Amino acid sequence: MVIRGRVHKFGDDINTDDIIAAKYLDSQDRRFLGDKCMENIDPDFSSRVKKGDIIVAGKNFGCGSSREHAPWAIKGCGISLVIAKSFARIFYRNCINVGLPILVFYGTDDIKEGDLLEVDLAEGRIRNATQKKEYVSEKFPPFMCQIINKGGLINWVKKKARRSKR
Amino acid sequence: MGLTLIEKILLKASGSKRLGDFIYANVDFCFGNDITAPLAVKQFYAAGFRKVFNTKRIAFVCDHFVPARDLKAANNVKLLREFSRKFKIRNFFDINNCGIEHAFLLETALFKPGDLIIGADSHTCTFGAIGVASFGVGSTDLAAVMKEGKVWLKVPQTIRFIYKGKLNRWVTGKDLILHTIGKIGVDGALYKVMEFTGPVIKRLGIEARFTMTNMAIEAGAKTGIVEPDEKTFSYLEKITRRKIKITEFMKRLKSDKDACYDRTVEIDVTGLEPQVALPHLPSNVKPVSSLRKVRLNQVVIGSCTNGRISDLQEAARIIKGKKIKKGLRVIIIPATPSIFMEAERRGLIKVFLEAGCVVSPPTCGPCLGGHCGILDDKEVALATTNRNFIGRMGSPKSFVYLSSPAVAAASAITGRITHPDEVADNCRRMYR
Repeated sequence: MVIRGRVHKFGDDINTDDIIAAKYLDSQDRRFLGDKCMENIDPDFSSRVKKGDIIVAGKNFGCGSSREHAPWAIKGCGISLVIAKSFARIFYRNCINVGLPILVFYGTDDIKEGDLLEVDLAEGRIRNATQKKEYVSEKFPPFMCQIINKGGLINWVKKKARRSKR
Repeated sequence: MGLTLIEKILLKASGSKRLGDFIYANVDFCFGNDITAPLAVKQFYAAGFRKVFNTKRIAFVCDHFVPARDLKAANNVKLLREFSRKFKIRNFFDINNCGIEHAFLLETALFKPGDLIIGADSHTCTFGAIGVASFGVGSTDLAAVMKEGKVWLKVPQTIRFIYKGKLNRWVTGKDLILHTIGKIGVDGALYKVMEFTGPVIKRLGIEARFTMTNMAIEAGAKTGIVEPDEKTFSYLEKITRRKIKITEFMKRLKSDKDACYDRTVEIDVTGLEPQVALPHLPSNVKPVSSLRKVRLNQVVIGSCTNGRISDLQEAARIIKGKKIKKGLRVIIIPATPSIFMEAERRGLIKVFLEAGCVVSPPTCGPCLGGHCGILDDKEVALATTNRNFIGRMGSPKSFVYLSSPAVAAASAITGRITHPDEVADNCRRMYR
Protein backbone atom coordinates (compact mmCIF):
# COMPACT_ATOMS: atom_id res chain seq x y z
CA MET A 1 0.00 0.00 0.00
CA VAL A 2 1.28 3.45 -0.88
CA ILE A 3 0.27 6.42 1.25
CA ARG A 4 0.55 9.96 -0.08
CA GLY A 5 0.09 12.98 2.14
CA ARG A 6 1.33 16.27 3.55
CA VAL A 7 3.38 16.37 6.72
CA HIS A 8 2.23 17.77 10.08
CA LYS A 9 5.32 18.04 12.22
CA PHE A 10 5.50 17.44 16.00
CA GLY A 11 8.36 17.35 18.52
CA ASP A 12 9.51 14.80 21.11
CA ASP A 13 7.39 13.10 23.82
CA ILE A 14 3.97 13.87 22.35
CA ASN A 15 1.79 12.26 25.01
CA THR A 16 -1.67 10.74 24.87
CA ASP A 17 -3.17 13.71 26.75
CA ASP A 18 -1.85 15.89 23.89
CA ILE A 19 -3.34 13.53 21.31
CA ILE A 20 -6.75 13.31 23.01
CA ALA A 21 -7.55 15.04 26.30
CA ALA A 22 -8.89 12.74 29.03
CA LYS A 23 -12.14 14.68 29.36
CA TYR A 24 -13.24 13.24 25.99
CA LEU A 25 -12.52 9.61 26.87
CA ASP A 26 -16.11 8.78 27.63
CA SER A 27 -16.72 8.87 23.89
CA GLN A 28 -16.01 5.97 21.54
CA ASP A 29 -17.08 7.98 18.46
CA ARG A 30 -14.08 8.16 16.14
CA ARG A 31 -15.21 11.25 14.31
CA PHE A 32 -15.82 13.15 17.56
CA LEU A 33 -12.43 12.05 18.92
CA GLY A 34 -10.86 13.07 15.60
CA ASP A 35 -12.28 16.59 15.94
CA LYS A 36 -10.56 16.93 19.34
CA CYS A 37 -7.21 15.46 18.23
CA MET A 38 -4.20 17.46 19.56
CA GLU A 39 -6.59 20.07 21.01
CA ASN A 40 -4.46 20.84 24.10
CA ILE A 41 -1.32 21.69 22.11
CA ASP A 42 -2.67 22.76 18.70
CA PRO A 43 -6.37 23.71 18.86
CA ASP A 44 -6.95 23.96 15.07
CA PHE A 45 -4.99 20.84 14.20
CA SER A 46 -7.96 18.70 13.16
CA SER A 47 -9.38 21.45 10.94
CA ARG A 48 -6.06 21.71 9.05
CA VAL A 49 -5.74 17.97 8.38
CA LYS A 50 -6.69 16.76 4.91
CA LYS A 51 -7.58 13.10 4.51
CA GLY A 52 -4.42 11.07 4.00
CA ASP A 53 -2.06 13.51 5.74
CA ILE A 54 0.89 12.22 7.74
CA ILE A 55 2.15 13.01 11.26
CA VAL A 56 5.95 13.15 11.57
CA ALA A 57 7.33 13.40 15.10
CA GLY A 58 10.39 13.05 17.32
CA LYS A 59 11.07 10.42 19.95
CA ASN A 60 8.67 8.65 22.32
CA PHE A 61 5.46 9.49 20.42
CA GLY A 62 2.31 8.47 22.32
CA CYS A 63 3.80 8.31 25.80
CA GLY A 64 1.50 8.33 28.83
CA SER A 65 -1.80 6.57 29.16
CA SER A 66 -3.08 3.37 27.53
CA ARG A 67 -6.08 5.07 25.97
CA GLU A 68 -6.81 3.49 22.62
CA HIS A 69 -8.84 6.62 21.96
CA ALA A 70 -5.48 8.17 20.93
CA PRO A 71 -4.92 6.14 17.73
CA TRP A 72 -8.67 6.31 17.06
CA ALA A 73 -8.54 10.13 17.31
CA ILE A 74 -5.57 10.26 14.93
CA LYS A 75 -7.37 8.00 12.46
CA GLY A 76 -10.63 9.86 13.05
CA CYS A 77 -9.25 13.23 11.96
CA GLY A 78 -7.99 11.78 8.68
CA ILE A 79 -4.31 11.06 9.39
CA SER A 80 -3.17 8.00 7.44
CA LEU A 81 0.26 7.34 8.97
CA VAL A 82 2.50 8.36 11.89
CA ILE A 83 6.27 8.37 11.43
CA ALA A 84 8.41 8.92 14.56
CA LYS A 85 11.92 8.32 15.89
CA SER A 86 10.40 6.03 18.52
CA PHE A 87 6.99 5.18 19.94
CA ALA A 88 5.83 4.60 23.50
CA ARG A 89 5.11 0.94 24.07
CA ILE A 90 1.34 0.83 24.66
CA PHE A 91 0.63 3.35 21.89
CA TYR A 92 2.70 1.20 19.52
CA ARG A 93 0.68 -1.91 20.43
CA ASN A 94 -2.58 -0.02 20.08
CA CYS A 95 -1.67 1.18 16.57
CA ILE A 96 -0.82 -2.35 15.44
CA ASN A 97 -4.01 -3.66 17.04
CA VAL A 98 -6.38 -1.09 15.52
CA GLY A 99 -4.64 -0.78 12.17
CA LEU A 100 -3.23 2.75 12.30
CA PRO A 101 -0.04 2.52 10.20
CA ILE A 102 3.13 3.65 11.96
CA LEU A 103 6.78 3.68 10.95
CA VAL A 104 9.91 4.03 13.06
CA PHE A 105 12.45 6.30 11.37
CA TYR A 106 15.31 8.02 13.22
CA GLY A 107 15.83 10.75 10.63
CA THR A 108 12.56 12.63 11.08
CA ASP A 109 14.46 15.90 11.75
CA ASP A 110 15.11 16.02 8.01
CA ILE A 111 11.40 16.10 7.14
CA LYS A 112 9.71 19.53 7.27
CA GLU A 113 6.16 20.74 7.96
CA GLY A 114 4.15 20.63 4.73
CA ASP A 115 6.50 18.26 2.86
CA LEU A 116 4.71 15.85 0.54
CA LEU A 117 5.57 12.22 1.32
CA GLU A 118 4.90 9.03 -0.61
CA VAL A 119 5.30 6.03 1.63
CA ASP A 120 5.40 2.38 0.63
CA LEU A 121 4.29 0.74 3.86
CA ALA A 122 5.20 -2.84 2.98
CA GLU A 123 8.71 -1.84 1.97
CA GLY A 124 9.06 0.88 4.62
CA ARG A 125 10.28 3.27 1.93
CA ILE A 126 9.60 6.99 2.44
CA ARG A 127 9.92 9.28 -0.58
CA ASN A 128 9.99 13.00 0.20
CA ALA A 129 8.53 14.46 -3.02
CA THR A 130 9.11 18.05 -1.84
CA GLN A 131 12.78 17.62 -1.01
CA LYS A 132 13.39 14.89 -3.64
CA LYS A 133 14.90 12.52 -1.09
CA GLU A 134 14.33 8.93 -0.11
CA TYR A 135 14.58 7.28 3.30
CA VAL A 136 14.14 3.75 4.65
CA SER A 137 12.34 3.09 7.93
CA GLU A 138 12.95 0.32 10.48
CA LYS A 139 11.47 -3.06 9.64
CA PHE A 140 8.76 -4.58 11.88
CA PRO A 141 9.69 -7.88 13.57
CA PRO A 142 8.17 -10.83 11.62
CA PHE A 143 5.83 -11.66 14.52
CA MET A 144 4.23 -8.22 14.31
CA CYS A 145 4.00 -8.41 10.52
CA GLN A 146 1.69 -11.40 11.05
CA ILE A 147 -0.75 -9.26 13.04
CA ILE A 148 -0.46 -6.34 10.63
CA ASN A 149 -1.02 -8.61 7.63
CA LYS A 150 -4.09 -10.16 9.22
CA GLY A 151 -5.56 -6.65 9.53
CA GLY A 152 -5.19 -6.18 13.30
CA LEU A 153 -5.28 -8.19 16.50
CA ILE A 154 -8.93 -9.29 16.49
CA ASN A 155 -8.62 -11.00 13.10
CA TRP A 156 -5.32 -12.55 14.15
CA VAL A 157 -6.92 -13.97 17.30
CA LYS A 158 -9.93 -15.27 15.34
CA LYS A 159 -7.72 -17.05 12.80
CA LYS A 160 -5.56 -18.51 15.56
CA ALA A 161 -8.61 -19.80 17.41
CA ARG A 162 -9.97 -21.38 14.21
CA ARG A 163 -6.63 -23.06 13.52
CA SER A 164 -6.36 -24.52 17.02
CA LYS A 165 -9.88 -25.99 16.74
CA ARG A 166 -8.93 -27.96 13.63
CA MET B 1 22.56 -18.44 32.24
CA GLY B 2 20.23 -17.25 34.98
CA LEU B 3 16.94 -15.46 34.58
CA THR B 4 15.64 -12.13 35.83
CA LEU B 5 12.48 -12.04 37.93
CA ILE B 6 10.30 -10.95 35.03
CA GLU B 7 11.78 -13.66 32.78
CA LYS B 8 10.88 -16.33 35.32
CA ILE B 9 7.24 -15.23 35.38
CA LEU B 10 7.04 -14.92 31.59
CA LEU B 11 8.64 -18.34 31.12
CA LYS B 12 6.00 -19.91 33.34
CA ALA B 13 3.20 -17.97 31.58
CA SER B 14 4.49 -18.98 28.13
CA GLY B 15 4.17 -22.66 28.98
CA SER B 16 7.38 -23.43 27.12
CA LYS B 17 10.88 -24.43 28.20
CA ARG B 18 12.73 -21.46 26.77
CA LEU B 19 11.85 -17.84 26.15
CA GLY B 20 11.86 -16.65 22.56
CA ASP B 21 11.67 -13.00 21.43
CA PHE B 22 7.88 -13.09 21.43
CA ILE B 23 5.52 -15.20 23.51
CA TYR B 24 1.79 -15.87 23.42
CA ALA B 25 1.35 -16.11 27.16
CA ASN B 26 -1.40 -17.33 29.47
CA VAL B 27 -2.98 -14.50 31.46
CA ASP B 28 -3.90 -15.12 35.10
CA PHE B 29 -6.04 -12.03 35.50
CA CYS B 30 -7.18 -9.12 33.33
CA PHE B 31 -9.13 -5.93 33.92
CA GLY B 32 -10.29 -2.65 32.47
CA ASN B 33 -11.88 0.53 33.81
CA ASP B 34 -14.85 2.74 32.95
CA ILE B 35 -13.01 4.45 30.07
CA THR B 36 -10.96 1.62 28.55
CA ALA B 37 -13.35 -1.31 29.10
CA PRO B 38 -16.36 0.16 27.23
CA LEU B 39 -14.17 0.36 24.12
CA ALA B 40 -12.97 -3.22 24.77
CA VAL B 41 -16.57 -4.39 25.13
CA LYS B 42 -17.47 -2.73 21.83
CA GLN B 43 -14.51 -4.46 20.15
CA PHE B 44 -15.57 -7.76 21.76
CA TYR B 45 -19.10 -7.42 20.36
CA ALA B 46 -17.89 -6.20 16.95
CA ALA B 47 -15.61 -9.24 16.65
CA GLY B 48 -18.61 -11.48 17.25
CA PHE B 49 -17.01 -13.22 20.25
CA ARG B 50 -19.60 -15.21 22.20
CA LYS B 51 -17.73 -16.30 25.32
CA VAL B 52 -15.13 -15.02 27.74
CA PHE B 53 -12.20 -17.26 28.65
CA ASN B 54 -13.01 -17.28 32.36
CA THR B 55 -15.78 -15.50 34.26
CA LYS B 56 -13.69 -15.14 37.45
CA ARG B 57 -10.47 -13.83 36.01
CA ILE B 58 -11.85 -10.69 34.40
CA ALA B 59 -12.64 -7.52 36.34
CA PHE B 60 -14.19 -4.18 35.46
CA VAL B 61 -13.37 -1.38 37.86
CA CYS B 62 -15.35 1.84 37.54
CA ASP B 63 -12.99 4.48 38.90
CA HIS B 64 -12.15 7.23 36.40
CA PHE B 65 -15.35 9.23 35.96
CA VAL B 66 -17.28 7.94 39.00
CA PRO B 67 -19.48 8.73 40.82
CA ALA B 68 -20.80 9.26 37.27
CA ARG B 69 -19.86 12.83 36.36
CA ASP B 70 -22.41 13.06 33.55
CA LEU B 71 -24.78 11.08 31.38
CA LYS B 72 -22.09 9.62 29.13
CA ALA B 73 -20.10 8.38 32.10
CA ALA B 74 -23.23 6.80 33.58
CA ASN B 75 -23.87 5.16 30.24
CA ASN B 76 -20.41 3.60 30.12
CA VAL B 77 -20.80 2.13 33.60
CA LYS B 78 -24.17 0.74 32.56
CA LEU B 79 -22.63 -0.81 29.44
CA LEU B 80 -20.10 -2.65 31.63
CA ARG B 81 -22.74 -3.72 34.13
CA GLU B 82 -24.88 -5.20 31.35
CA PHE B 83 -21.92 -6.90 29.68
CA SER B 84 -20.91 -8.42 33.02
CA ARG B 85 -24.41 -9.76 33.55
CA LYS B 86 -24.63 -11.17 30.05
CA PHE B 87 -21.25 -12.93 30.16
CA LYS B 88 -21.49 -13.81 33.89
CA ILE B 89 -18.40 -11.82 34.80
CA ARG B 90 -18.20 -11.99 38.57
CA ASN B 91 -15.96 -9.03 39.24
CA PHE B 92 -17.86 -5.93 38.22
CA PHE B 93 -16.99 -3.18 40.67
CA ASP B 94 -19.00 0.02 40.93
CA ILE B 95 -18.96 2.70 43.64
CA ASN B 96 -19.25 1.55 47.23
CA ASN B 97 -17.64 -1.76 46.31
CA CYS B 98 -14.86 -0.16 44.33
CA GLY B 99 -12.03 2.35 44.31
CA ILE B 100 -9.02 3.28 42.21
CA GLU B 101 -8.20 0.07 40.34
CA HIS B 102 -4.47 -0.15 41.13
CA ALA B 103 -5.21 0.12 44.84
CA PHE B 104 -8.59 -1.57 45.02
CA LEU B 105 -7.77 -4.76 43.09
CA LEU B 106 -5.04 -5.56 45.62
CA GLU B 107 -7.72 -5.90 48.28
CA THR B 108 -9.70 -8.46 46.26
CA ALA B 109 -7.12 -11.31 46.36
CA LEU B 110 -7.85 -12.03 42.69
CA PHE B 111 -4.13 -12.48 41.94
CA LYS B 112 -0.88 -13.28 43.72
CA PRO B 113 2.88 -12.84 43.33
CA GLY B 114 4.19 -14.65 40.25
CA ASP B 115 1.02 -14.10 38.19
CA LEU B 116 0.77 -12.46 34.78
CA ILE B 117 -1.73 -9.59 34.74
CA ILE B 118 -3.00 -7.56 31.82
CA GLY B 119 -4.81 -4.30 32.49
CA ALA B 120 -6.27 -1.78 30.09
CA ASP B 121 -4.66 1.10 31.93
CA SER B 122 -1.10 2.33 31.73
CA HIS B 123 -0.57 2.26 35.51
CA THR B 124 -1.16 -1.49 35.60
CA CYS B 125 2.60 -1.64 36.19
CA THR B 126 1.82 -0.75 39.85
CA PHE B 127 1.25 -4.41 40.79
CA GLY B 128 4.87 -5.18 39.97
CA ALA B 129 5.66 -4.07 43.53
CA ILE B 130 4.41 -7.44 44.81
CA GLY B 131 6.34 -9.48 42.25
CA VAL B 132 3.64 -9.71 39.59
CA ALA B 133 4.34 -9.37 35.85
CA SER B 134 1.78 -6.69 35.21
CA PHE B 135 1.44 -4.96 31.85
CA GLY B 136 -0.73 -2.08 30.67
CA VAL B 137 -2.39 -2.43 27.26
CA GLY B 138 -5.13 -0.80 25.22
CA SER B 139 -8.78 -1.77 24.79
CA THR B 140 -8.46 -4.08 21.78
CA ASP B 141 -5.75 -6.04 23.57
CA LEU B 142 -8.10 -6.39 26.54
CA ALA B 143 -10.93 -7.60 24.27
CA ALA B 144 -8.63 -10.29 22.84
CA VAL B 145 -7.47 -11.37 26.32
CA MET B 146 -11.07 -11.54 27.55
CA LYS B 147 -11.79 -13.95 24.71
CA GLU B 148 -8.63 -16.08 24.65
CA GLY B 149 -7.04 -15.69 28.08
CA LYS B 150 -3.77 -15.07 26.27
CA VAL B 151 -1.68 -12.11 25.22
CA TRP B 152 1.21 -11.61 22.82
CA LEU B 153 4.24 -10.04 24.45
CA LYS B 154 7.72 -9.15 23.35
CA VAL B 155 10.05 -10.50 26.01
CA PRO B 156 11.60 -7.38 27.54
CA GLN B 157 15.08 -6.71 28.80
CA THR B 158 15.47 -5.54 32.38
CA ILE B 159 17.26 -2.50 33.77
CA ARG B 160 18.32 -3.04 37.38
CA PHE B 161 18.11 -0.01 39.68
CA ILE B 162 20.05 -0.45 42.91
CA TYR B 163 19.28 2.11 45.62
CA LYS B 164 21.90 2.52 48.35
CA GLY B 165 22.59 4.91 51.18
CA LYS B 166 20.48 6.52 53.86
CA LEU B 167 17.15 8.21 53.23
CA ASN B 168 16.61 11.67 54.68
CA ARG B 169 13.53 12.31 56.73
CA TRP B 170 10.45 12.91 54.46
CA VAL B 171 12.12 11.21 51.49
CA THR B 172 10.17 8.20 50.28
CA GLY B 173 9.08 6.14 47.24
CA LYS B 174 7.74 9.15 45.33
CA ASP B 175 11.00 11.06 45.68
CA LEU B 176 13.03 8.01 44.63
CA ILE B 177 11.00 7.43 41.50
CA LEU B 178 10.83 11.14 40.53
CA HIS B 179 14.60 11.36 41.02
CA THR B 180 15.07 8.25 38.87
CA ILE B 181 12.81 9.51 36.06
CA GLY B 182 14.62 12.86 36.23
CA LYS B 183 17.87 10.98 35.77
CA ILE B 184 16.90 8.70 32.86
CA GLY B 185 14.14 10.73 31.16
CA VAL B 186 10.58 9.95 30.07
CA ASP B 187 11.82 7.35 27.58
CA GLY B 188 14.81 6.23 29.62
CA ALA B 189 13.40 2.73 30.10
CA LEU B 190 11.41 2.47 26.84
CA TYR B 191 10.19 -1.14 26.27
CA LYS B 192 12.32 -2.29 29.24
CA VAL B 193 11.42 -3.53 32.70
CA MET B 194 12.61 -1.48 35.68
CA GLU B 195 13.62 -3.78 38.52
CA PHE B 196 13.91 -1.85 41.79
CA THR B 197 16.34 -3.38 44.21
CA GLY B 198 19.04 -2.69 46.80
CA PRO B 199 19.08 -2.09 50.56
CA VAL B 200 16.90 1.03 50.38
CA ILE B 201 14.10 -0.88 48.59
CA LYS B 202 14.36 -3.74 51.11
CA ARG B 203 13.71 -1.25 53.91
CA LEU B 204 10.95 0.58 52.07
CA GLY B 205 7.31 -0.13 52.94
CA ILE B 206 5.19 -1.96 50.35
CA GLU B 207 3.06 1.12 49.69
CA ALA B 208 6.14 3.19 48.86
CA ARG B 209 7.18 0.39 46.49
CA PHE B 210 3.77 0.68 44.79
CA THR B 211 4.43 4.38 44.22
CA MET B 212 7.70 3.48 42.48
CA THR B 213 6.40 0.71 40.20
CA ASN B 214 3.32 2.85 39.48
CA MET B 215 5.46 5.50 37.80
CA ALA B 216 7.68 3.08 35.80
CA ILE B 217 5.43 3.89 32.83
CA GLU B 218 6.47 7.53 33.20
CA ALA B 219 9.97 6.45 32.12
CA GLY B 220 8.46 4.52 29.19
CA ALA B 221 8.96 1.15 30.90
CA LYS B 222 6.98 -1.96 30.04
CA THR B 223 6.56 -2.44 33.77
CA GLY B 224 8.28 -2.04 37.12
CA ILE B 225 8.99 -4.94 39.46
CA VAL B 226 10.25 -5.65 42.97
CA GLU B 227 11.20 -9.06 44.41
CA PRO B 228 8.51 -10.14 46.85
CA ASP B 229 9.79 -10.62 50.42
CA GLU B 230 8.28 -11.35 53.82
CA LYS B 231 6.93 -7.81 54.02
CA THR B 232 5.09 -8.36 50.73
CA PHE B 233 3.29 -11.48 51.95
CA SER B 234 2.34 -10.06 55.32
CA TYR B 235 1.08 -6.87 53.63
CA LEU B 236 -1.07 -8.88 51.24
CA GLU B 237 -2.47 -10.99 54.05
CA LYS B 238 -3.37 -7.84 55.92
CA ILE B 239 -5.17 -6.04 53.12
CA THR B 240 -6.91 -9.08 51.64
CA ARG B 241 -7.67 -10.51 55.11
CA ARG B 242 -6.75 -13.90 53.75
CA LYS B 243 -3.90 -16.32 54.34
CA ILE B 244 -1.55 -16.73 51.40
CA LYS B 245 -0.26 -20.17 50.56
CA ILE B 246 3.36 -19.59 49.58
CA THR B 247 4.14 -21.95 46.72
CA GLU B 248 7.55 -23.23 45.58
CA PHE B 249 7.28 -20.95 42.55
CA MET B 250 6.69 -17.91 44.78
CA LYS B 251 9.83 -18.75 46.74
CA ARG B 252 11.83 -18.60 43.51
CA LEU B 253 10.59 -15.11 42.60
CA LYS B 254 14.03 -13.49 42.61
CA SER B 255 16.42 -12.60 39.84
CA ASP B 256 19.23 -15.16 39.60
CA LYS B 257 22.73 -14.00 40.50
CA ASP B 258 23.89 -14.62 36.92
CA ALA B 259 20.80 -13.06 35.31
CA CYS B 260 21.45 -10.93 32.27
CA TYR B 261 20.50 -7.25 32.60
CA ASP B 262 20.33 -4.59 29.90
CA ARG B 263 22.22 -2.39 32.37
CA THR B 264 22.52 -1.58 36.05
CA VAL B 265 21.99 1.89 37.47
CA GLU B 266 23.23 2.55 41.00
CA ILE B 267 21.68 5.43 42.89
CA ASP B 268 23.06 6.71 46.19
CA VAL B 269 20.14 8.32 48.01
CA THR B 270 22.20 9.83 50.82
CA GLY B 271 21.44 13.53 51.08
CA LEU B 272 18.59 13.37 48.56
CA GLU B 273 15.95 16.06 49.19
CA PRO B 274 12.22 15.59 48.54
CA GLN B 275 11.76 15.90 44.77
CA VAL B 276 9.20 17.82 42.70
CA ALA B 277 8.44 17.41 38.97
CA LEU B 278 7.75 20.73 37.21
CA PRO B 279 5.34 21.25 34.31
CA HIS B 280 5.02 19.66 31.79
CA LEU B 281 6.93 16.37 32.10
CA PRO B 282 7.46 13.96 35.01
CA SER B 283 11.19 14.00 34.19
CA ASN B 284 11.45 17.73 34.81
CA VAL B 285 12.56 17.19 38.39
CA LYS B 286 14.08 19.58 40.97
CA PRO B 287 14.69 19.46 44.72
CA VAL B 288 11.82 20.98 46.70
CA SER B 289 13.88 23.75 48.30
CA SER B 290 14.59 25.32 44.90
CA LEU B 291 10.86 25.91 44.31
CA ARG B 292 9.83 27.89 47.38
CA LYS B 293 8.43 30.75 45.34
CA VAL B 294 5.87 28.69 43.42
CA ARG B 295 2.41 29.78 44.61
CA LEU B 296 -0.46 27.31 44.43
CA ASN B 297 -4.21 27.37 43.79
CA GLN B 298 -4.85 23.71 44.48
CA VAL B 299 -3.30 20.71 46.22
CA VAL B 300 -4.43 17.15 45.48
CA ILE B 301 -3.45 14.22 47.70
CA GLY B 302 -4.59 10.90 46.28
CA SER B 303 -4.47 8.75 43.08
CA CYS B 304 -3.14 5.28 42.26
CA THR B 305 0.32 6.69 42.96
CA ASN B 306 -0.21 8.11 46.46
CA GLY B 307 -3.74 7.53 47.74
CA ARG B 308 -2.99 4.70 50.17
CA ILE B 309 -3.27 4.73 53.95
CA SER B 310 0.44 5.43 54.56
CA ASP B 311 0.18 8.43 52.21
CA LEU B 312 -2.82 9.85 54.04
CA GLN B 313 -1.13 9.17 57.37
CA GLU B 314 1.99 11.07 56.28
CA ALA B 315 -0.10 14.02 55.09
CA ALA B 316 -2.21 14.10 58.27
CA ARG B 317 0.90 14.02 60.42
CA ILE B 318 1.93 17.36 58.91
CA ILE B 319 -1.52 18.94 58.70
CA LYS B 320 -2.77 18.00 62.20
CA GLY B 321 -3.67 20.99 64.31
CA LYS B 322 -3.03 23.48 61.51
CA LYS B 323 -5.20 25.31 59.00
CA ILE B 324 -4.62 25.19 55.28
CA LYS B 325 -3.70 28.46 53.55
CA LYS B 326 -6.68 30.73 52.98
CA GLY B 327 -7.89 30.65 49.38
CA LEU B 328 -6.15 27.37 48.60
CA ARG B 329 -8.23 24.33 47.58
CA VAL B 330 -6.99 21.10 49.13
CA ILE B 331 -8.58 17.88 47.89
CA ILE B 332 -7.89 14.58 49.67
CA ILE B 333 -8.89 11.37 47.86
CA PRO B 334 -8.57 8.05 49.72
CA ALA B 335 -8.01 5.49 46.94
CA THR B 336 -10.54 2.88 48.11
CA PRO B 337 -13.49 2.63 50.55
CA SER B 338 -11.43 0.49 52.94
CA ILE B 339 -8.61 3.04 52.93
CA PHE B 340 -11.26 5.71 53.57
CA MET B 341 -12.62 3.70 56.52
CA GLU B 342 -9.16 3.08 57.92
CA ALA B 343 -8.39 6.82 57.62
CA GLU B 344 -11.61 7.54 59.48
CA ARG B 345 -10.74 4.97 62.17
CA ARG B 346 -7.31 6.55 62.67
CA GLY B 347 -8.81 10.03 62.93
CA LEU B 348 -7.16 11.31 59.75
CA ILE B 349 -10.38 12.40 58.06
CA LYS B 350 -11.15 14.63 61.05
CA VAL B 351 -7.64 16.15 60.80
CA PHE B 352 -8.20 16.97 57.13
CA LEU B 353 -11.69 18.39 57.58
CA GLU B 354 -10.73 20.52 60.58
CA ALA B 355 -7.81 21.96 58.64
CA GLY B 356 -10.16 23.00 55.81
CA CYS B 357 -9.48 20.28 53.24
CA VAL B 358 -12.21 18.67 51.21
CA VAL B 359 -12.36 14.84 51.24
CA SER B 360 -13.58 13.23 48.02
CA PRO B 361 -14.95 9.72 47.50
CA PRO B 362 -12.48 7.35 45.80
CA THR B 363 -12.00 8.35 42.14
CA CYS B 364 -9.23 9.08 39.62
CA GLY B 365 -11.14 12.37 39.12
CA PRO B 366 -8.79 15.36 38.99
CA CYS B 367 -5.60 13.38 38.23
CA LEU B 368 -6.58 13.17 34.57
CA GLY B 369 -8.74 16.28 34.43
CA GLY B 370 -11.88 14.16 34.63
CA HIS B 371 -13.87 15.84 37.40
CA CYS B 372 -13.75 16.80 41.11
CA GLY B 373 -11.03 19.44 40.86
CA ILE B 374 -10.44 20.80 37.35
CA LEU B 375 -7.94 23.66 36.94
CA ASP B 376 -8.80 26.91 35.17
CA ASP B 377 -6.45 28.98 32.97
CA LYS B 378 -3.20 29.98 34.71
CA GLU B 379 -4.01 27.99 37.85
CA VAL B 380 -1.22 26.07 39.55
CA ALA B 381 -1.62 22.73 41.32
CA LEU B 382 0.67 20.54 43.36
CA ALA B 383 -0.50 16.93 43.19
CA THR B 384 0.67 13.57 44.46
CA THR B 385 -0.44 12.10 41.12
CA ASN B 386 1.75 10.79 38.29
CA ARG B 387 1.50 13.06 35.24
CA ASN B 388 1.88 16.77 34.66
CA PHE B 389 1.42 17.00 30.89
CA ILE B 390 -0.12 20.10 29.32
CA GLY B 391 -3.81 20.25 30.27
CA ARG B 392 -3.60 17.09 32.38
CA MET B 393 -5.80 18.52 35.18
CA GLY B 394 -7.98 20.76 33.08
CA SER B 395 -7.09 23.94 31.18
CA PRO B 396 -4.18 23.62 28.71
CA LYS B 397 -3.01 26.89 30.28
CA SER B 398 -2.77 25.45 33.79
CA PHE B 399 0.33 24.06 35.54
CA VAL B 400 0.77 20.82 37.47
CA TYR B 401 3.65 20.02 39.82
CA LEU B 402 4.12 16.50 41.21
CA SER B 403 5.36 15.59 44.68
CA SER B 404 5.06 13.22 47.64
CA PRO B 405 2.15 13.49 50.12
CA ALA B 406 4.51 15.06 52.70
CA VAL B 407 5.50 17.91 50.39
CA ALA B 408 1.89 18.34 49.25
CA ALA B 409 0.69 18.52 52.89
CA ALA B 410 3.36 21.05 53.87
CA SER B 411 2.49 23.13 50.81
CA ALA B 412 -1.20 22.98 51.76
CA ILE B 413 -0.34 24.90 54.94
CA THR B 414 1.73 27.63 53.29
CA GLY B 415 0.06 27.90 49.86
CA ARG B 416 3.38 27.54 48.07
CA ILE B 417 5.70 24.62 47.37
CA THR B 418 7.24 23.88 50.75
CA HIS B 419 9.75 21.50 52.33
CA PRO B 420 8.00 19.53 55.10
CA ASP B 421 10.73 20.53 57.59
CA GLU B 422 9.53 24.12 57.33
CA VAL B 423 6.10 23.42 58.86
CA ALA B 424 6.47 20.09 60.58
CA ASP B 425 8.91 20.60 63.43
CA ASN B 426 6.31 19.87 66.09
CA CYS B 427 4.79 16.72 64.65
CA ARG B 428 7.59 14.25 65.06
CA ARG B 429 6.41 10.67 65.56
CA MET B 430 2.95 11.89 66.48
CA TYR B 431 1.18 8.86 65.08
CA ARG B 432 3.81 6.16 65.05
